Amino acid sequence: MDDPATMPRAPLGLPLPHDSATLHVTGEALYVDDLPEPPGLLHAVLALSPEAHAEILALDLDPALTLLGDNGLAVTARDIPGINDVGPMSGPEPILADGIVAYVGQPIAAVAAPELARARAAARAVRATYRRREAVLDIPAAMARAQYVCPPHRMTRGDAAAAIAAAPRRLSGTFAIGGQDHFYLEGQVAMALPQEDGGVRILSSTQHPSEVQKMVARVLGLPEAAVTCEVRRMGGGFGGKETQPAIFAAIAALLARRAGRPVKLRLDRDDDMTITGKRHDFHVRWSAGFDTEGRLHGVEMELAARAGHDADLSPAIVDRAMFHALNCYRAPAVSVAGYACRTNTQSNTAFRGFGGPQGMLAAEEMIDAIARDLAIDPIELRRRNLLVPGDATHYGQRIEHMALPRIFDALLDGVGYASRRAEIDAANDGPGFIRRGLGFAPVMFGISFTATAYNQAGALVHLYTDGSVLLNHGGTEMGQGLYRKVAQVVAAELGVPPGRVRLAATSTDKVPNTSATAASSGSDLNGAAAADACRKIRSRLADFAARAHGGAPDEIVFADGHVRGPSWSFDLATLATQAYRARVQLWDSGFYATPRIHYDRARNTGHPFYYYAFGAALCEAAIDILTGESRILRADLLHDVGRSINPAIDLGQVEGGFIQGLGWLTSEELVFDRDGRLRTHSPATYKIPTARDLPPDFRVRLLEGADNPVATIHRSKAVGEPPLMLANAAWLAIKDACAAAAGTRHVRLDAPATPEAILRACGRLPAR
Amino acid sequence: MAMDDAIVFFLDDRLCRIDGIDPNTTVLEWLRGAAGRRGTKEGCAEGDCGACTIVVGTPDAAGGLSCHAVNACIQPIATLDGCEAFTVESLRDDTGALHPAQAAMVECHGSQCGFCTPGFVMSLYALLHDGTPAGDEPTRRALAGNLCRCTGYRPILDAAARMRELPGTGRDFTAGIPARRARLDALARARGLRHQGGGRSWYAPRNLAELDAAIAEAPEAVFVAGATDLGLEITKTHRRFDALIHLGSVAELQGIRDAGSHLDIGAGVSWRDAHAALAALWPGMDELIARFAGLQIRNVATIGGNLANASPIGDGAPALLALDATLDLWRAGRRRSVALSDFFLGYRRTALQPGEIVARIRIPKPGAGTRFAAYKVAKRHDSDISAVCACFAVELGADGRIAACRIAYGGMAAVPLRLHGVETLATGRTWDEALDEDMVEALAGAMDPIDDLRASAAYRRMVASGLWLRFAAEHRDAAPLSETRVHG
Ligand SMILES: Cc1cc2nc3c(=O)[nH]c(=O)nc-3n(C[C@H](O)[C@H](O)[C@H](O)COP(=O)(O)OP(=O)(O)OC[C@H]3O[C@@H](n4cnc5c(N)ncnc54)[C@H](O)[C@@H]3O)c2cc1C
Ligand code: FES
Ligand code: FES
Repeated sequence: MDDPATMPRAPLGLPLPHDSATLHVTGEALYVDDLPEPPGLLHAVLALSPEAHAEILALDLDPALTLLGDNGLAVTARDIPGINDVGPMSGPEPILADGIVAYVGQPIAAVAAPELARARAAARAVRATYRRREAVLDIPAAMARAQYVCPPHRMTRGDAAAAIAAAPRRLSGTFAIGGQDHFYLEGQVAMALPQEDGGVRILSSTQHPSEVQKMVARVLGLPEAAVTCEVRRMGGGFGGKETQPAIFAAIAALLARRAGRPVKLRLDRDDDMTITGKRHDFHVRWSAGFDTEGRLHGVEMELAARAGHDADLSPAIVDRAMFHALNCYRAPAVSVAGYACRTNTQSNTAFRGFGGPQGMLAAEEMIDAIARDLAIDPIELRRRNLLVPGDATHYGQRIEHMALPRIFDALLDGVGYASRRAEIDAANDGPGFIRRGLGFAPVMFGISFTATAYNQAGALVHLYTDGSVLLNHGGTEMGQGLYRKVAQVVAAELGVPPGRVRLAATSTDKVPNTSATAASSGSDLNGAAAADACRKIRSRLADFAARAHGGAPDEIVFADGHVRGPSWSFDLATLATQAYRARVQLWDSGFYATPRIHYDRARNTGHPFYYYAFGAALCEAAIDILTGESRILRADLLHDVGRSINPAIDLGQVEGGFIQGLGWLTSEELVFDRDGRLRTHSPATYKIPTARDLPPDFRVRLLEGADNPVATIHRSKAVGEPPLMLANAAWLAIKDACAAAAGTRHVRLDAPATPEAILRACGRLPAR
Repeated sequence: MAMDDAIVFFLDDRLCRIDGIDPNTTVLEWLRGAAGRRGTKEGCAEGDCGACTIVVGTPDAAGGLSCHAVNACIQPIATLDGCEAFTVESLRDDTGALHPAQAAMVECHGSQCGFCTPGFVMSLYALLHDGTPAGDEPTRRALAGNLCRCTGYRPILDAAARMRELPGTGRDFTAGIPARRARLDALARARGLRHQGGGRSWYAPRNLAELDAAIAEAPEAVFVAGATDLGLEITKTHRRFDALIHLGSVAELQGIRDAGSHLDIGAGVSWRDAHAALAALWPGMDELIARFAGLQIRNVATIGGNLANASPIGDGAPALLALDATLDLWRAGRRRSVALSDFFLGYRRTALQPGEIVARIRIPKPGAGTRFAAYKVAKRHDSDISAVCACFAVELGADGRIAACRIAYGGMAAVPLRLHGVETLATGRTWDEALDEDMVEALAGAMDPIDDLRASAAYRRMVASGLWLRFAAEHRDAAPLSETRVHG
């Protein structure tokens, strides 16, 4: 992987379609719920807690059992033969409530019947009596009680309080950032198939088959080797299928085991949104000291997240928010505190960006406020504060490479920033109810799981004697194009056309002990592991060919489906057949562990990120001061994907990530009532962007001539999460328009910028 | 009379006869179950995501077929009777070639996870043929009922443009219309469909006489028209109706007639079919209807259903209240008229007697001095329920005075609200800024909305009253839309 120039290229860099594109458009792509239903299948439905926090005094299954009849069954926590805990970081995190319910929507029992309608009716017939406990529903309430899922944590560098006190100017602020439902189009689903030897096979829509395997084994009291989890594709994941699928797979497995029959558990949309965790909402407090040029001297920040009733991944998510709480800005003295508040709501979980977006939005809010305070152009102020190579971040990572100055220049070239600024300011003084604003935001996102152990991957590559290739790896396909990208890597390594590489479903019995496909790391890790496997195969074939036909192994070229020596050439099938006859191994496994990374959390030093992904966006927004409606009129995005393995797929991630971020920051609002019930649990009330929300003028580019300074697979960069944060520019543009409407320098705009939040920011409605 | 009719329709070219199916079964359940067509997906089961989109062809009045996208998830299976249906599996031709809607989606990278894709393909398939003009804005409007969480839509919009340039491979449903119409006509029944399954019944009378007979036979039966409200009771609250009377085939409820002084619209007319006729007379209706749900819903949702459900957050009622509509009701051979302003009695209560239906809606035509606007405000611009729907109509005299004024709101009370009191304040006065100020104040004082998940009471009151200023700017001052709308 050393010198990119000497590495094979084709089909690297080609905009090939998604591996399943034709299957998608014909409806032939099978998702778990589409698979042929095995004979005897039971459909499972969950009974949910109506209480936010209560003791279960009695659970009465009899009415449900009557409805279920002879072929149905019902289970509760008491029926679990193993351990009732699927907590990924700490436990116990029960799949079925055991004595206490901790949020509205928590599963208390599961029922299954041959007919879905019967199971539904039975689930509704489950009766429980409760003794209510005090429910703590939101961040302020939990903070007031110091109620957390893990101890609060602080990252400090220098003496921030002293630096702020000594700075020529000081400013502080507070604002709220909303959560976000994943709204993957395919809801959570698992099918459990009992196997003949007491084992169980799970078909799950999961980003983390190894964890599903492990948790099913734990819940059933089986060795991990007795459980297989397979996933061919998901209908979207976005982090919502990292830990959550284990709950549903384990319940399906429990029912299947008790019934001795296959069981499918597919949540309908309301149950999915009511039960599962979401992106964390945050409350942010910041205070900054800076000089009259706008250079930061010291920053204090407090990030409080609603973790929900259990830890899930919240400790790591709050950590990542803290890592990104200064985004790409330098400050000599920093103190960032993070709180993962325990509340009686869904246990919030991973979501594209994993806390990074909230941390980064806090940084951008702070920088924006300082620019307004000093009346310095916000882009100029950002330039002044950019980290430079040699700087250390507030978590002690030395910056080796900084692409943002170049990205700023490239993005701003030709967008007419100054003239548009002037035109908008003039128009904002004119008649009418529409005010416009501009927002600019850079992104610097650290790539690697911050838990160093997860940065590993495996692959299994088979070359058959007809020259076709079967590829297995530990990554999962959720739409992000991972299978296609890794196949392109394999095709390049073995010198075959991409059509020769066939993709096998991800399965724990092929590649074990895998990490979640998450943290944008899918192609970095699995691509490198697959390349490792290919290189072993290639090198054995080269040795064999050199021996058999002449030449030195390192002269032999694998390209265009052929293997060429100095004076000979065979198609791969011929050479593979020869090698097989000579008893040369034609398949191999590959492994990859990201080098260099380490982080000492207690000392707040290390190098948690292998590298950074960069990007920037400029957005123009319009708001209506009568109604608070908003629209992004134009968005210019520029993103650095290194040397792209597949530019069409990467572009799709950038655009899709931006629009998803736009939804998070504008129309997607999670509303809870006083009793802790989520009122927005379906698309009727929870509004993700539609095609009409795409800015009418949308200009998206990948950074030209980009490279990765570190030796990732073919010098590409991870792209799954970072572009979501480009949408911060849209929020800043709306805020800029609100400031114009309010006629004040500072406005407080909470996210999401719903029409109502916008009218509050404009001062036309009182603050909450 | 025996109730043994099979439900009969074409799935592609295959004649399907379904006997004894529970009429609460949805088209999606049947497709994914008995028909084994699992390309059509369920994303929400409530008509909001479009993953279940299929295309349904129905005989039209002109002797042809009208083919439109619908949401299979909330359509009762019996609504397919006498129709033809196409799913994503229908589109390839015998050679296996992709239809341009499919090929363009592949070429433009229009799918990522692929779960929304069959629905988008079917919406694209429909808009290629249903008269939706090419171009970015009409395409976006037509696709607002399809959600995609992955792509951000740009590649799908590219595909919508690209498919029009690709060669016409795959199955073309503009072809062979006469023959297809003929085979549907051959299914015509001597009387309306009467189907029974699982102990439950479905009646689809073809005229008011058959309707009366069905009601007499099943007095407890519930009416269903487009099923875009009623279908959700089945899929979301899991209610099972013992007897349903489908109004979709009742001839007297169909058609839009120009009756000289007024427009006369059948209660069974879909919002899609009413769109052009209403927008032609009242341009203010164009945007309101374009933002009423997604196209798949508008293709089947009826005006009658929208009024009869008496939803306090519906959009049709405030608009038609401001337009001073009158309803013709029908019950057991008797017709009576009720002004729409007398129709809504309380929360989800109307003047309808048991067994009475809304038959037709009459709207007086606008005069030269009529100014009308219908403003929908929601968290999301498209396919969202109104937080506030504000509808204003004034009749301006030649002297610049307001001769008459009608103001109606959705989302502001337990019923669609007509504000007679505030209307009189404007009547007889010159429409100037002083009046605007009085109106905004009076409107804010006249309403007592609630806090809910869509908006707070304070927001609703502020917006509902403030929109009068938008109305004045647009309809008195002729301000350009760029000064009054973010979507201007
Ligand atoms: C995703 C989605 C989005 C929506 N968006 C909007 C929106 O933006 N604005 C809006 O206003 N509504 C919206 N709706 C609600 C619904 O689409 C409308 O109210 C629609 O017009 C109802 O008509 P229908 O024919 O489908 O009624 P049905 O569901 O068939 O019937 C509704 C009720 O009216 C009764 N009924 C129907 N026709 C008659 C009749 N002629 N006489 C007497 N009773 C009758 C039925 O018995 C039933 O109780 C939406 C619905 C969905 C699912
Ligand atoms: S499944 Fe969502 S609209 Fe039908
Ligand atoms: S491609 Fe995943 S939802 Fe559209």
